[in-house]
Amino acid sequence: MIEAVDQHLISAVQAGLPIAARPYAVIGERLGLSEQEVIERLARLRAQGLIKRWGVVVKHRQLGYRANAMIVMDVPDDRVGDVGALLSQQACVNLCYQRPRQGEVWPYNLYCMIHGKSREVVLEQWAELRHACALTAYGYEVLFSRRCFKQRGALYSLRAESSKSAQSVTGQAQPGQAVFEMHSG
Amino acid sequence: MLAQLQPLHKHLLNDYQQDFPLSPTPYRDIAEQLGVSEDEVLHAFEELSAQRMISRIGPVIAPNSIGSSALVAMAVPEHDLARVAELVSAYPEVNHNYERENRFNLWFVAVADDEAQLGMVIAEIETRSGYPAMTLPMLADYFINLGFEMNLHD
Repeated sequence: MIEAVDQHLISAVQAGLPIAARPYAVIGERLGLSEQEVIERLARLRAQGLIKRWGVVVKHRQLGYRANAMIVMDVPDDRVGDVGALLSQQACVNLCYQRPRQGEVWPYNLYCMIHGKSREVVLEQWAELRHACALTAYGYEVLFSRRCFKQRGALYSLRAESSKSAQSVTGQAQPGQAVFEMHSG
Repeated sequence: MLAQLQPLHKHLLNDYQQDFPLSPTPYRDIAEQLGVSEDEVLHAFEELSAQRMISRIGPVIAPNSIGSSALVAMAVPEHDLARVAELVSAYPEVNHNYERENRFNLWFVAVADDEAQLGMVIAEIETRSGYPAMTLPMLADYFINLGFEMNLHD
Protein backbone atom coordinates (compact mmCIF):
# COMPACT_ATOMS: atom_id res chain seq x y z
CA MET A 1 0.00 0.00 0.00
CA ILE A 2 1.16 3.47 -0.79
CA GLU A 3 2.59 5.55 2.07
CA ALA A 4 0.58 8.51 3.32
CA VAL A 5 3.44 10.90 2.55
CA ASP A 6 3.55 9.65 -1.04
CA GLN A 7 -0.21 10.06 -1.35
CA HIS A 8 0.07 13.68 -0.32
CA LEU A 9 3.02 14.21 -2.60
CA ILE A 10 1.23 12.77 -5.64
CA SER A 11 -1.80 14.83 -4.73
CA ALA A 12 0.35 17.97 -4.57
CA VAL A 13 2.06 17.43 -7.93
CA GLN A 14 -1.14 16.26 -9.59
CA ALA A 15 -2.20 19.82 -10.35
CA GLY A 16 1.15 20.43 -12.00
CA LEU A 17 4.72 21.21 -11.11
CA PRO A 18 5.19 24.96 -10.57
CA ILE A 19 6.96 26.79 -13.39
CA ALA A 20 9.64 28.26 -11.18
CA ALA A 21 13.39 27.97 -10.71
CA ARG A 22 13.13 25.54 -7.77
CA PRO A 23 9.78 23.80 -8.30
CA TYR A 24 10.43 20.82 -6.04
CA ALA A 25 11.30 23.17 -3.20
CA VAL A 26 7.94 24.90 -3.70
CA ILE A 27 6.15 21.55 -3.47
CA GLY A 28 8.20 20.59 -0.44
CA GLU A 29 7.31 23.80 1.35
CA ARG A 30 3.61 23.02 0.97
CA LEU A 31 4.06 19.57 2.44
CA GLY A 32 6.74 20.19 5.03
CA LEU A 33 9.29 18.13 3.11
CA SER A 34 12.76 19.06 2.00
CA GLU A 35 13.42 19.64 -1.68
CA GLN A 36 15.68 16.59 -1.68
CA GLU A 37 13.02 14.38 -0.12
CA VAL A 38 10.46 15.46 -2.71
CA ILE A 39 12.86 14.58 -5.52
CA GLU A 40 13.85 11.25 -3.99
CA ARG A 41 10.28 10.17 -3.37
CA LEU A 42 9.17 11.11 -6.90
CA ALA A 43 12.18 9.29 -8.37
CA ARG A 44 11.33 6.18 -6.36
CA LEU A 45 7.66 6.24 -7.41
CA ARG A 46 8.77 6.68 -11.01
CA ALA A 47 11.25 3.79 -10.74
CA GLN A 48 8.62 1.56 -9.13
CA GLY A 49 6.27 2.29 -12.01
CA LEU A 50 3.43 3.68 -9.94
CA ILE A 51 4.17 6.93 -11.73
CA LYS A 52 4.11 5.63 -15.28
CA ARG A 53 5.61 8.78 -16.65
CA TRP A 54 6.71 12.03 -15.15
CA GLY A 55 6.62 15.05 -17.38
CA VAL A 56 4.80 17.22 -19.84
CA VAL A 57 1.18 16.20 -20.46
CA VAL A 58 0.13 17.65 -23.82
CA LYS A 59 -3.34 18.50 -25.06
CA HIS A 60 -3.69 16.80 -28.42
CA ARG A 61 -6.65 18.79 -29.62
CA GLN A 62 -5.04 22.12 -28.82
CA LEU A 63 -1.97 21.03 -30.75
CA GLY A 64 -3.95 20.45 -33.91
CA TYR A 65 -4.37 16.68 -33.55
CA ARG A 66 -8.13 16.80 -33.79
CA ALA A 67 -8.85 13.37 -35.20
CA ASN A 68 -8.76 10.73 -32.52
CA ALA A 69 -9.69 7.15 -33.32
CA MET A 70 -10.04 4.24 -30.98
CA ILE A 71 -9.63 1.06 -32.99
CA VAL A 72 -10.99 -2.18 -31.59
CA MET A 73 -9.95 -5.55 -32.99
CA ASP A 74 -10.99 -9.17 -32.65
CA VAL A 75 -7.66 -10.99 -32.46
CA PRO A 76 -7.34 -14.70 -31.65
CA ASP A 77 -6.49 -15.06 -27.96
CA ASP A 78 -3.22 -16.83 -28.64
CA ARG A 79 -2.09 -13.95 -30.88
CA VAL A 80 -3.24 -10.97 -28.85
CA GLY A 81 0.01 -10.54 -26.90
CA ASP A 82 2.16 -10.56 -30.03
CA VAL A 83 -0.13 -8.23 -31.94
CA GLY A 84 -0.37 -5.87 -28.96
CA ALA A 85 3.39 -5.71 -28.61
CA LEU A 86 3.82 -5.12 -32.33
CA LEU A 87 1.18 -2.39 -32.51
CA SER A 88 2.55 -0.54 -29.52
CA GLN A 89 5.85 -0.14 -31.35
CA GLN A 90 4.24 1.69 -34.26
CA ALA A 91 4.89 5.41 -34.26
CA CYS A 92 1.27 6.43 -34.83
CA VAL A 93 -0.14 4.26 -32.01
CA ASN A 94 -0.54 5.99 -28.67
CA LEU A 95 -2.09 3.35 -26.46
CA CYS A 96 -2.65 -0.37 -26.78
CA TYR A 97 -4.66 -2.45 -24.34
CA GLN A 98 -6.21 -5.87 -24.10
CA ARG A 99 -9.76 -5.81 -22.72
CA PRO A 100 -12.32 -8.61 -22.26
CA ARG A 101 -14.66 -9.55 -25.12
CA GLN A 102 -18.37 -9.02 -24.44
CA GLY A 103 -19.80 -11.96 -26.36
CA GLU A 104 -21.28 -11.45 -29.77
CA VAL A 105 -22.42 -7.92 -29.08
CA TRP A 106 -18.80 -6.75 -28.74
CA PRO A 107 -16.29 -9.43 -29.74
CA TYR A 108 -13.23 -7.17 -29.58
CA ASN A 109 -10.28 -7.87 -27.31
CA LEU A 110 -7.57 -5.44 -28.46
CA TYR A 111 -7.81 -1.65 -28.35
CA CYS A 112 -5.43 0.94 -29.72
CA MET A 113 -5.54 4.69 -30.15
CA ILE A 114 -4.37 6.79 -33.09
CA HIS A 115 -4.23 10.60 -32.99
CA GLY A 116 -3.92 12.50 -36.24
CA LYS A 117 -4.57 15.87 -37.79
CA SER A 118 -7.44 14.62 -39.90
CA ARG A 119 -9.68 11.59 -40.34
CA GLU A 120 -8.04 10.90 -43.69
CA VAL A 121 -4.58 10.73 -42.15
CA VAL A 122 -5.77 8.45 -39.35
CA LEU A 123 -7.56 6.12 -41.75
CA GLU A 124 -4.51 5.97 -44.00
CA GLN A 125 -2.30 5.13 -41.04
CA TRP A 126 -4.71 2.42 -39.97
CA ALA A 127 -4.81 0.94 -43.47
CA GLU A 128 -1.02 0.81 -43.49
CA LEU A 129 -0.91 -0.71 -40.03
CA ARG A 130 -3.35 -3.45 -40.96
CA HIS A 131 -1.05 -4.58 -43.72
CA ALA A 132 2.26 -3.98 -42.00
CA CYS A 133 1.16 -5.86 -38.89
CA ALA A 134 -0.72 -8.64 -40.75
CA LEU A 135 -4.10 -7.80 -39.25
CA THR A 136 -6.19 -8.02 -42.39
CA ALA A 137 -7.87 -11.28 -41.34
CA TYR A 138 -9.22 -9.83 -38.09
CA GLY A 139 -12.50 -8.03 -37.53
CA TYR A 140 -12.28 -4.43 -36.35
CA GLU A 141 -14.16 -1.16 -35.91
CA VAL A 142 -12.81 2.40 -36.01
CA LEU A 143 -14.44 4.73 -33.49
CA PHE A 144 -13.64 8.38 -34.09
CA SER A 145 -14.28 10.67 -31.18
CA ARG A 146 -16.95 13.28 -31.70
CA ARG A 147 -17.82 15.42 -28.69
CA CYS A 148 -15.57 15.55 -25.66
CA PHE A 149 -17.82 15.83 -22.61
CA LYS A 150 -15.10 15.63 -20.00
CA GLN A 151 -11.38 15.50 -20.53
CA ARG A 152 -10.06 15.48 -17.03
CA GLY A 153 -11.14 16.03 -13.53
CA ALA A 154 -11.67 12.43 -12.63
CA LEU A 155 -9.37 13.02 -9.79
CA TYR A 156 -9.36 9.79 -7.95
CA SER A 157 -9.58 10.20 -4.23
CA LEU A 158 -8.00 7.58 -2.02
CA ARG A 159 -10.13 8.83 0.79
CA ALA A 160 -13.40 9.08 -1.07
CA GLU A 161 -15.81 8.59 1.78
CA SER A 162 -18.02 6.29 -0.25
CA SER A 163 -19.30 5.74 -3.72
CA LYS A 164 -22.25 8.02 -3.12
CA SER A 165 -20.97 10.04 -5.98
CA ALA A 166 -24.04 12.13 -6.51
CA GLN A 167 -23.25 13.91 -3.27
CA SER A 168 -19.99 15.24 -4.59
CA VAL A 169 -20.68 15.87 -8.20
CA THR A 170 -18.39 18.87 -8.50
CA GLY A 171 -15.37 16.68 -9.06
CA GLN A 172 -13.44 18.94 -6.75
CA ALA A 173 -11.06 17.33 -4.35
CA GLN A 174 -11.51 18.19 -0.72
CA PRO A 175 -8.55 19.68 1.09
CA GLY A 176 -6.27 16.98 2.38
CA GLN A 177 -7.54 14.36 0.00
CA ALA A 178 -5.11 12.54 -2.19
CA VAL A 179 -6.24 12.82 -5.76
CA PHE A 180 -5.04 11.14 -8.91
CA GLU A 181 -5.92 11.53 -12.51
CA MET A 182 -6.15 8.29 -14.43
CA HIS A 183 -5.71 8.24 -18.16
CA SER A 184 -7.06 4.87 -18.98
CA GLY A 185 -9.20 2.26 -17.39
CA MET B 1 -1.27 26.08 -34.85
CA LEU B 2 1.84 23.93 -34.86
CA ALA B 3 3.42 26.10 -37.50
CA GLN B 4 3.44 28.98 -35.05
CA LEU B 5 5.40 27.03 -32.50
CA GLN B 6 9.06 27.76 -32.30
CA PRO B 7 11.59 24.92 -32.26
CA LEU B 8 12.10 25.48 -28.54
CA HIS B 9 8.40 24.96 -27.84
CA LYS B 10 8.36 21.80 -29.92
CA HIS B 11 11.30 20.37 -28.03
CA LEU B 12 9.68 21.19 -24.72
CA LEU B 13 6.47 19.48 -25.85
CA ASN B 14 8.17 16.38 -27.24
CA ASP B 15 11.27 15.69 -25.25
CA TYR B 16 10.08 15.86 -21.66
CA GLN B 17 6.94 13.74 -21.55
CA GLN B 18 8.54 10.66 -20.05
CA ASP B 19 11.23 11.85 -17.71
CA PHE B 20 11.15 15.48 -16.78
CA PRO B 21 14.35 16.20 -14.82
CA LEU B 22 14.12 15.25 -11.16
CA SER B 23 16.80 17.64 -10.01
CA PRO B 24 16.68 20.82 -7.90
CA THR B 25 16.77 22.99 -11.04
CA PRO B 26 14.95 21.05 -13.77
CA TYR B 27 14.26 24.08 -15.98
CA ARG B 28 17.92 25.08 -15.92
CA ASP B 29 18.88 21.48 -16.80
CA ILE B 30 16.55 21.60 -19.78
CA ALA B 31 17.95 24.98 -20.81
CA GLU B 32 21.45 23.55 -20.79
CA GLN B 33 20.37 20.52 -22.82
CA LEU B 34 18.74 22.75 -25.42
CA GLY B 35 21.34 25.50 -25.43
CA VAL B 36 19.06 28.31 -24.28
CA SER B 37 18.67 30.30 -21.08
CA GLU B 38 16.64 29.17 -18.08
CA ASP B 39 14.42 32.23 -18.46
CA GLU B 40 13.60 31.26 -22.03
CA VAL B 41 12.55 27.80 -20.88
CA LEU B 42 10.42 29.14 -18.02
CA HIS B 43 8.80 31.68 -20.33
CA ALA B 44 8.12 29.10 -23.04
CA PHE B 45 6.47 26.72 -20.55
CA GLU B 46 4.33 29.60 -19.26
CA GLU B 47 3.23 30.31 -22.83
CA LEU B 48 2.42 26.67 -23.56
CA SER B 49 0.45 26.47 -20.36
CA ALA B 50 -1.41 29.74 -21.00
CA GLN B 51 -2.33 28.58 -24.49
CA ARG B 52 -3.52 25.28 -23.01
CA MET B 53 -1.19 23.24 -25.18
CA ILE B 54 -0.02 21.43 -22.10
CA SER B 55 -2.36 20.51 -19.31
CA ARG B 56 0.47 20.30 -16.79
CA ILE B 57 3.89 18.99 -15.94
CA GLY B 58 3.18 16.13 -13.61
CA PRO B 59 2.61 12.43 -13.07
CA VAL B 60 0.64 9.94 -15.10
CA ILE B 61 -0.33 7.18 -12.71
CA ALA B 62 -0.16 3.59 -13.93
CA PRO B 63 -3.66 2.15 -14.46
CA ASN B 64 -4.91 0.08 -11.55
CA SER B 65 -1.84 0.76 -9.45
CA ILE B 66 -3.98 2.88 -7.19
CA GLY B 67 -7.59 1.82 -6.95
CA SER B 68 -9.55 0.13 -9.69
CA SER B 69 -10.50 1.51 -13.09
CA ALA B 70 -12.29 0.49 -16.25
CA LEU B 71 -13.28 1.78 -19.63
CA VAL B 72 -17.07 1.83 -19.88
CA ALA B 73 -19.21 1.97 -23.02
CA MET B 74 -22.91 2.71 -23.41
CA ALA B 75 -25.28 2.71 -26.38
CA VAL B 76 -27.50 5.74 -25.87
CA PRO B 77 -30.18 6.97 -28.30
CA GLU B 78 -29.11 10.24 -29.91
CA HIS B 79 -31.99 12.22 -28.41
CA ASP B 80 -30.98 11.21 -24.90
CA LEU B 81 -27.22 11.44 -25.24
CA ALA B 82 -26.77 14.94 -23.84
CA ARG B 83 -28.65 14.05 -20.67
CA VAL B 84 -26.76 10.82 -20.08
CA ALA B 85 -23.39 12.38 -20.90
CA GLU B 86 -24.01 15.13 -18.38
CA LEU B 87 -25.13 12.63 -15.76
CA VAL B 88 -21.99 10.56 -16.32
CA SER B 89 -19.60 13.53 -16.40
CA ALA B 90 -20.90 14.75 -13.06
CA TYR B 91 -19.35 11.77 -11.28
CA PRO B 92 -15.97 12.63 -9.77
CA GLU B 93 -14.99 9.01 -10.50
CA VAL B 94 -15.37 9.61 -14.25
CA ASN B 95 -12.94 11.13 -16.71
CA HIS B 96 -12.33 11.17 -20.42
CA ASN B 97 -15.99 11.03 -21.26
CA TYR B 98 -16.31 11.03 -25.06
CA GLU B 99 -18.91 10.64 -27.72
CA ARG B 100 -17.68 8.22 -30.37
CA GLU B 101 -19.05 7.30 -33.78
CA ASN B 102 -20.54 3.90 -33.09
CA ARG B 103 -23.70 2.23 -31.86
CA PHE B 104 -21.83 2.32 -28.54
CA ASN B 105 -21.58 6.09 -28.59
CA LEU B 106 -20.61 7.05 -25.04
CA TRP B 107 -17.19 6.04 -23.73
CA PHE B 108 -15.71 6.96 -20.39
CA VAL B 109 -13.17 5.84 -17.81
CA ALA B 110 -14.29 5.30 -14.23
CA VAL B 111 -11.88 5.04 -11.32
CA ALA B 112 -12.71 4.04 -7.74
CA ASP B 113 -11.01 2.82 -4.57
CA ASP B 114 -11.58 -0.83 -5.40
CA GLU B 115 -13.46 -3.12 -7.73
CA ALA B 116 -16.57 -3.29 -5.56
CA GLN B 117 -16.92 0.47 -5.45
CA LEU B 118 -16.25 0.74 -9.16
CA GLY B 119 -19.07 -1.74 -9.76
CA MET B 120 -21.39 0.31 -7.58
CA VAL B 121 -20.65 3.51 -9.48
CA ILE B 122 -21.30 1.83 -12.82
CA ALA B 123 -24.48 0.19 -11.53
CA GLU B 124 -25.71 3.56 -10.29
CA ILE B 125 -25.02 5.12 -13.70
CA GLU B 126 -27.01 2.33 -15.35
CA THR B 127 -29.94 2.85 -13.02
CA ARG B 128 -30.00 6.62 -13.29
CA SER B 129 -29.47 6.71 -17.05
CA GLY B 130 -31.77 3.81 -17.84
CA TYR B 131 -29.26 2.13 -20.18
CA PRO B 132 -26.91 -0.81 -19.66
CA ALA B 133 -23.18 -0.25 -19.51
CA MET B 134 -20.42 -2.46 -20.85
CA THR B 135 -17.48 -2.63 -18.42
CA LEU B 136 -14.14 -3.15 -20.11
CA PRO B 137 -11.30 -3.35 -17.59
CA MET B 138 -7.76 -3.40 -18.88
CA LEU B 139 -6.32 -6.91 -18.98
CA ALA B 140 -2.91 -6.05 -20.41
CA ASP B 141 -1.12 -2.83 -21.25
CA TYR B 142 1.19 -3.30 -24.22
CA PHE B 143 2.29 0.26 -24.34
CA ILE B 144 5.45 1.16 -22.54
CA ASN B 145 6.22 4.53 -24.04
CA LEU B 146 3.07 6.40 -23.23
CA GLY B 147 4.17 9.82 -24.41
CA PHE B 148 2.75 11.54 -27.42
CA GLU B 149 5.21 12.38 -30.17
CA MET B 150 4.55 15.26 -32.51
CA ASN B 151 6.12 15.63 -35.88
CA LEU B 152 8.72 18.34 -35.36
CA HIS B 153 8.86 19.15 -39.03
CA ASP B 154 5.32 20.24 -39.64
